[in-house]
Amino acid sequence: MAKNIINIEHIAKIYQVGTEEVRALSDVSLRIDQNEYVAIMGPSGSGKSTLMNILGCLDTPTRGLYDFAGNNVSQMNDNQLAEIRNKEIGFVFQTFNLLPRSDSLHNVELPLIYAGMSSAERKEKAKIALEKVGLGDRMDHKPNELSGGQRQRVAIARALVANPSIILADEPTGNLDSKTGEDIMFLFNELHELGNTIILVTHEEYIAEHAARIIRLRDGLVESDAEINNRIIPKNNYNEV
Amino acid sequence: MIFKSGILFEFKEGLLISLKAIRSNKIRSVLTTLGIIIGVWAVITMSTAIKGINISFQNGVSSLGSDNLYIDKWAWFNNDIPWWELRNRKDITTRDFEKYKEQAKLPLAVAPTAFTRKSIKYKNRSVDFIMITGTTSGFLKTTNFTFSDGRFFNQLEGKGSRNVVVLGSSVAKKLFPHGGAVDSYIKIKGLKLKVVGVLAKQGSWVMGDFNPDNRAYLPIGYMFKYLRRESQGGVTIDVRSPSSAMVEQVKEEAIEILRRVRGLHYFEKNNFSINQQAGLLTTIDQTVGVIQIGGLFITGLALFVGAIGIMNIMFVSVKERTKEIGIRKAIGAKKRTILTQFISESAFICLLGGLIGLALALLTALIINQFMPTAIQADAVITAIVISILTGVISGLAPAYTAAKMDPVDALRYE
Repeated sequence: MAKNIINIEHIAKIYQVGTEEVRALSDVSLRIDQNEYVAIMGPSGSGKSTLMNILGCLDTPTRGLYDFAGNNVSQMNDNQLAEIRNKEIGFVFQTFNLLPRSDSLHNVELPLIYAGMSSAERKEKAKIALEKVGLGDRMDHKPNELSGGQRQRVAIARALVANPSIILADEPTGNLDSKTGEDIMFLFNELHELGNTIILVTHEEYIAEHAARIIRLRDGLVESDAEINNRIIPKNNYNEV
Repeated sequence: MIFKSGILFEFKEGLLISLKAIRSNKIRSVLTTLGIIIGVWAVITMSTAIKGINISFQNGVSSLGSDNLYIDKWAWFNNDIPWWELRNRKDITTRDFEKYKEQAKLPLAVAPTAFTRKSIKYKNRSVDFIMITGTTSGFLKTTNFTFSDGRFFNQLEGKGSRNVVVLGSSVAKKLFPHGGAVDSYIKIKGLKLKVVGVLAKQGSWVMGDFNPDNRAYLPIGYMFKYLRRESQGGVTIDVRSPSSAMVEQVKEEAIEILRRVRGLHYFEKNNFSINQQAGLLTTIDQTVGVIQIGGLFITGLALFVGAIGIMNIMFVSVKERTKEIGIRKAIGAKKRTILTQFISESAFICLLGGLIGLALALLTALIINQFMPTAIQADAVITAIVISILTGVISGLAPAYTAAKMDPVDALRYE
């Protein structure tokens, strides 16, 4: 049996907006094991962003238990959370979220800077990660000199570089045309086959069907959680890899 | 994997990141730095100028001779005695001087001096309303005068009230720009006087009328005969003590003799004052002190305004880079890391400004040096660097803290 990475038990997240309480998550429990490929789906307001923030250790639940690879995340302070994010989680965002004035290499080595790695070593690792996503020849390009798909691949390289336990992708194809989106999905598929654990947050059915398991949220609760039998295996549209 | 951790590593990385930020925001960085440039420039220039003024004063005063006493009707610096009392005192006369000279055993040299303001002419040149000192040949021994040409008038010329004159270096330069003063005849009030000597440069511009360079010396008898009557203010007695250790004794003796000579009863107050260069020094120190406090306060204010500018810009910069902060935090930057990044950015901007300001101050010092001896010293360099870094750190503190405590979720969502 695969090693358990994420174990969430009865978490809730309640925001105080003025005098009103907003329940973003009411009661969610789930387990994600190593090398799983999970999609989290739901319409807006379902709580999927909140769940992603909690899974990504950007936020802590109001109540409930969150165990990440043996660490009780729900009890951690800001600095400990930052360390978990740095070492264990690779983020891929819809808007790429690259530092606009830094080149690809610097963007990718950023997590390693915060991990305290020496300059030579992290440059080496960043290069390997960029080559892995097919951007070995774009290291000194700044984000505005790259296409959307290339930017997202830089972001994926950045997510991979510290060798995290999970890759957390929030609408990774949301800002891309469908062909480029397909390329990105192919890359995720490949990473999954290489043994990475991938969590995909999306509201697009077609994108979600690339995953092996879909968790559907509605009104802060898990509506369904099921394996997919005929998942979409994307084709290789680009030649760099 | 080799992991380095700790403050030093974070500081180095923070500095590199901030360098990048500074380079990619050139115009903003330059504008921000301008405040600090002007601030540091003002502080350093002001403190250098003050030092220069102080040195000028000290040099000037010491050219008067530290062992000298000046017995005068007027108190130069003592403001305890009301001025009408000073005015009502009897003039010190040449008779007083002769008696004192007879009885005083301690002084190295004594001489009466009397002053008047007159113009001196030579052909078509003239110097207007300079202090002319009437004295005896003994005056030379009360001074440290050196001559660039000629000599002081001798005893014969002095006692004989002859029409001879010794010119200060500036006066001589104005009347005889091409030299040849000695043995020429100058005119005062239409009277011809023979120049017997020209002094080498003695004092400093800060002394004004006290500066021997701006004076002329002639026999006191001649002065009282043709230029001014003795009754118009009497004389001042210049006394030189043999050593600075003896000054107090010379002073005691002088008070004793003059009280007797001027016929004062034991219950009467001195109707003369014994002035000393030390008094001048105290006054100068006070004046320089006031200038210093005032100057540094004003220039400090300039720096303070610069610091507020930096703080303002850093706040804007933090706000502008909210998204960047969010990204960095999501990727694993801790609070301390963000704090270090922004503080070192602001410190670095300030250091840059400080160094530019310092360079400008050095240039300014070169210009000021044309007018007075300035002293830009190593400590000014260190002060500039320390002040600018400190300004950067202090004004970066609040904005950096704002950045560090941002919530990563909110920061990422910020557009």
